Amino acid sequence: MSSASSTTARAWRPSLARRHVPVLATLALLLVMYAVGVSQYRAFSNVQVVFNVFIDNGFLLVVAVGMTFVILTGGIDLSVGSVVAMTAMVSASLLQSGLPAALVLVVALLIGPTLGFLMGCAIHFFDIQPFIATLAGMFFARGMCTFISDASIPITDGFWTTMSQERIGDPRGNFVSISVLIALAVVLVAAYVLTYTRFGRNVYAVGGNSQSALLMGLPVGRTRIAVYTVSGLCSAIGGILLSFYTLSGAPLIAVGMELDVIAAVVIGGTVLTGGSGYVFGTVLGVLVLGVIQTLITFDGSLNSWWTRIVIGGLLFAFILLQRLIGIRFK
Amino acid sequence: MTGSRPVLTMTGISKTFPGVRALHDVDFRLFAGEVHALMGENGAGKSTLIKALTGVYEIDEGTITLDGEQVAFSGPMQAAAHGVSTVYQEVNLCPNLSVAENVFIGREPRRLGVIRWGETRRRARELLARLDLDIDVTALLGTYSLAVQQMVAIARAIDVRARVLILDEPTSSLDADEAAQLFRVMRQLRDEGLGILFVTHFLDQVYGIADRITVLRNGTLVGEYRTEELPQFSLVEKMIGKELDVLERLDEQPRRVVSSRADATALVDTAELGRKGAVAPFTLRIHAGEVVGLAGLLGSGRTEVARLLFGADRADHGQIRVDGGKAPLRNPVQAIDRGIGFCSENRRAEGIVPDLSVRENMMLAMQAARGWLRPIPRRRQDELVDRYVQALSIRPANPDLPVRNLSGGNQQKVLLARWLITEPRLLILDEPTRGIDVGAKAEIQKLVVELSDGGMAVLFISAELEEVLRLSHRVAVMRDRTMVAQLTNDDTLDADRVMRTIASGTHRKEVQR
Amino acid sequence: MNTLTDRFRPLTGHRLFWPALVLVVMLAANTVYRPGFLSVEVKEGHLYGTPVDILRLSAPLILVALGMTLVIATGGIDLSVGSLCAISGAIACLHISEASDQNSLSTVFTALALAFGVALVLGAWNGLLVAVIGIQPIIATLILMVAGRGLAQLITEGQIITINSGPYRAIGLGHVLTLPLAIIIAVAAALLVAALTRRTALGLIVESVGGNAEASRLAGIRSGRIVFLVYVVSAACAAIAGFMMTANVSSADGNAAGLWIELDAILAVVIGGTSLAGGRFSLGGTILGALIIQTLTTTVYAMNIDPQTSLLFKAVVVIAVCLIQSPAFRARVSRRRGATTPRPTTRQPEKEQVSA
Repeated sequence: MSSASSTTARAWRPSLARRHVPVLATLALLLVMYAVGVSQYRAFSNVQVVFNVFIDNGFLLVVAVGMTFVILTGGIDLSVGSVVAMTAMVSASLLQSGLPAALVLVVALLIGPTLGFLMGCAIHFFDIQPFIATLAGMFFARGMCTFISDASIPITDGFWTTMSQERIGDPRGNFVSISVLIALAVVLVAAYVLTYTRFGRNVYAVGGNSQSALLMGLPVGRTRIAVYTVSGLCSAIGGILLSFYTLSGAPLIAVGMELDVIAAVVIGGTVLTGGSGYVFGTVLGVLVLGVIQTLITFDGSLNSWWTRIVIGGLLFAFILLQRLIGIRFK
Repeated sequence: MTGSRPVLTMTGISKTFPGVRALHDVDFRLFAGEVHALMGENGAGKSTLIKALTGVYEIDEGTITLDGEQVAFSGPMQAAAHGVSTVYQEVNLCPNLSVAENVFIGREPRRLGVIRWGETRRRARELLARLDLDIDVTALLGTYSLAVQQMVAIARAIDVRARVLILDEPTSSLDADEAAQLFRVMRQLRDEGLGILFVTHFLDQVYGIADRITVLRNGTLVGEYRTEELPQFSLVEKMIGKELDVLERLDEQPRRVVSSRADATALVDTAELGRKGAVAPFTLRIHAGEVVGLAGLLGSGRTEVARLLFGADRADHGQIRVDGGKAPLRNPVQAIDRGIGFCSENRRAEGIVPDLSVRENMMLAMQAARGWLRPIPRRRQDELVDRYVQALSIRPANPDLPVRNLSGGNQQKVLLARWLITEPRLLILDEPTRGIDVGAKAEIQKLVVELSDGGMAVLFISAELEEVLRLSHRVAVMRDRTMVAQLTNDDTLDADRVMRTIASGTHRKEVQR
Repeated sequence: MNTLTDRFRPLTGHRLFWPALVLVVMLAANTVYRPGFLSVEVKEGHLYGTPVDILRLSAPLILVALGMTLVIATGGIDLSVGSLCAISGAIACLHISEASDQNSLSTVFTALALAFGVALVLGAWNGLLVAVIGIQPIIATLILMVAGRGLAQLITEGQIITINSGPYRAIGLGHVLTLPLAIIIAVAAALLVAALTRRTALGLIVESVGGNAEASRLAGIRSGRIVFLVYVVSAACAAIAGFMMTANVSSADGNAAGLWIELDAILAVVIGGTSLAGGRFSLGGTILGALIIQTLTTTVYAMNIDPQTSLLFKAVVVIAVCLIQSPAFRARVSRRRGATTPRPTTRQPEKEQVSA
């Protein structure tokens, strides 16, 4: 019995907080940035500023949630930006040709997951690196965009315009769009799936050590294919939200979005080698990107390219932080 | 204690891989409520037998019965479902998940598909309490010591109403206290009626915990013994066996140490050199022109000694002198600079670069020493490569072939050539003759003799005592990660005496029972 | 049939066979579609014609892909090359645009040296992150991929810097000895990298580190330095490519210059037969890969298809090449074939390479 207590003593207690350090750091960063904004610009304290961050980044949030699944398994999905664009394009073009909105929604929501599933299969069955397989997916989806049309297609459908213009708000005039609610719903569902279902836990196990996961009898291959499918689904939802937001489908929209998404996920505390991270962190990461943009817009003297530089700097800082606190299990 | 009928019997098991007969007509039985040690040297067939049992390999012949029923598992998962669980040497769990999760992942208690975390934690605590382990089950597994992780792996294994628990070298990375804790758990599980199959390389542990021992050698069964009826010496003898002397060409007597060497400055001289968890501090001198053999069982710390001497691992204790001067060998480059070369026993992972040609593999160490800006002229390369292809009779004698296409023996010779080209003063050969054919073996042995005659010092590591005795001036004996003796190879030294040293040891206090 | 396949095995087994065949087929298809495709003529002492155009346009990609080949051979990847192209082009153009005499050779050379120097520093930064701090290459270079675009726009202040400099323009459009200068620069760079890797022992050591890092360490190779070096070389190649791209249009656009060239470069390397896992690399294969990509783009242009749509073809090429190279895929296919033909599947890629 005495040695049992010695075992307890050997356990490394601070760890519980340790794995939350990246997320807490992101939260702190977000609060600091918000505080800076409020102290510098009077209008920043307006609640609508926060709501606007959500409105402007709702589709990014949804896509980042899907990317979180992929990165948690230690993979990466470069196709998300193109799939977002392709979904918007397909929706716009089908609506233009007069199909009913409900049918268009179904079709648009099927394309992303199908492509994700195929990429997942290529990765799992043929050992093609995720980077390359999803690069092909990226090329394909972007090519499809211009194949459909090389010019922007406006959307005039009633359902779309309603979704775009509907404001849900409080009596004082602050409001969010329906897209924000959809995005938050996706976040909640994803957080629930990751925490309370076997699939969710398998995602973490595969990212922690896929060899062990295999030996523990977990369905590694199925999980891996599934996360790319989930990411494809999230990209599809993101694409629809984007088409609500812009009321059009444009072949070159969301170019380079995958970088923002990956950056948001990493800044949100998810480890790029997999196995550690939270959807909640991803939300924070997206908010950080959104607030940076808002700050730069408010400033007026700073230019948009500072966004990229700051994001790059934050990426570096968080990757270094992850290394310093040693969240590497391999 | 041992019941009348074994819980598990394996009869007449044979398994052949292309070109290798891994198991031939092996019998094995395990009773409920016993700890049964499976012993054998490298290539004896221990892991093949375990994999045959758990369904990783399909067996060619033989039958396996569990509780009297014939079984053939499709894989470890199905085996576990039938009560045959395996815990591997390397903890195969996910360090990024909580302890409770590691115990239950894949079979968490659920309601309507939703994981019940409270229930999971409660059951994990109960299960770990059975193993006398009171830890925070919500903490990440990776934050606990390896010993605790091993216990968690065992907890996971015994949860599925296990009747047979296979522990494959569970103690190889544990310290004495941790091993003691593991043994307490093993005894408790044994007393609860579990049959435990235990693989280890530590002799003391076998005698500390095993009720019975089955010895394999070269894929065949040597025998099954009750532990108290098998003296340690006999066990070592049965494991190592007597190699048939295939080396008529080397019929000379074991050579003696030149007595004057004792005063001369040693080429390499270690003082209490050691590394925690790898090898206990040892003191060893090697003189120019001397062949020092390193004998001991698999896992006794032979390779660890070699890696410290080459700077492949960093020592955390003691110091090393080369030519009398302090020489901290922190990495291989520093060792190579001082004229040390090292052929790893792990040819595939640490030796050859499979895609590169024979020539490139041979030139690698010399080129590394010269730096990339000073390439070795093609003519000089051809000269060196041709010389060693000839001298070592590497076949096929085409230096532009990718080295992966060569046989194991020829790959070994390419590695030897890689180091000989650098003209080292001390060459460390870790199992240079393992897994290669008899002819190549004889050639390598002959080469060692020639090299030492030419003034090169050689540290020769081999599991085959005859080979060590034939080549060495002195033999250092390893046992349980400790260098227990250094014996001069004179008329009185024979395989029996080395085995006795391995079996008894002199540093027993170092190793906890 | 067996004898036929046997006879051609030395040929089909060469690792450049498949990429070369693809290129030839593409050229042939183009010629059928447009008979004048392959014709080259001399106008005002310069060579003109579609093949020359393909070569000239593929020069930046060849440059970037050469550096990428070395990085990939060590088992790494460099995502930042596109951003580096943009940065180097932007710095050079900025310096020239601020000079009083844009046509002065010394101005142009100062601009090139300045931009090249900055690129080397950024390459060293990548190398530092990978070789010293030990961050995974894909992540380490992602930082500069993201931030570098911002830096390039910072340099150009979000504008498109237009310059009017004859010497600088010549990098992209000039001719020397009837040949476009861009081609000559690309060939020179290829020869230089080939000399750097094959005349010294760099190539051997890179392949060794990429092929088996632990064995290389035990053979006494200081892999850190080599890994550091290849990222610097990759940055240098990207810088020259950046000059070429900006010289082509006599302007620097921090946003668009070199966009997605990292993906094309990686693709060229993979098509050329260098494994993404590292090890053996083939500079010739990489050049073939780059030519294939450019020919594809030119073909699509010639067929009046939207250039973006060529991405569809690219996707097909990526998947096809990766599947051909995937051992898992080969195993599946040969298993299926093995069931119908009695001939044992002795088609082991490594054995075929022997004859090369």
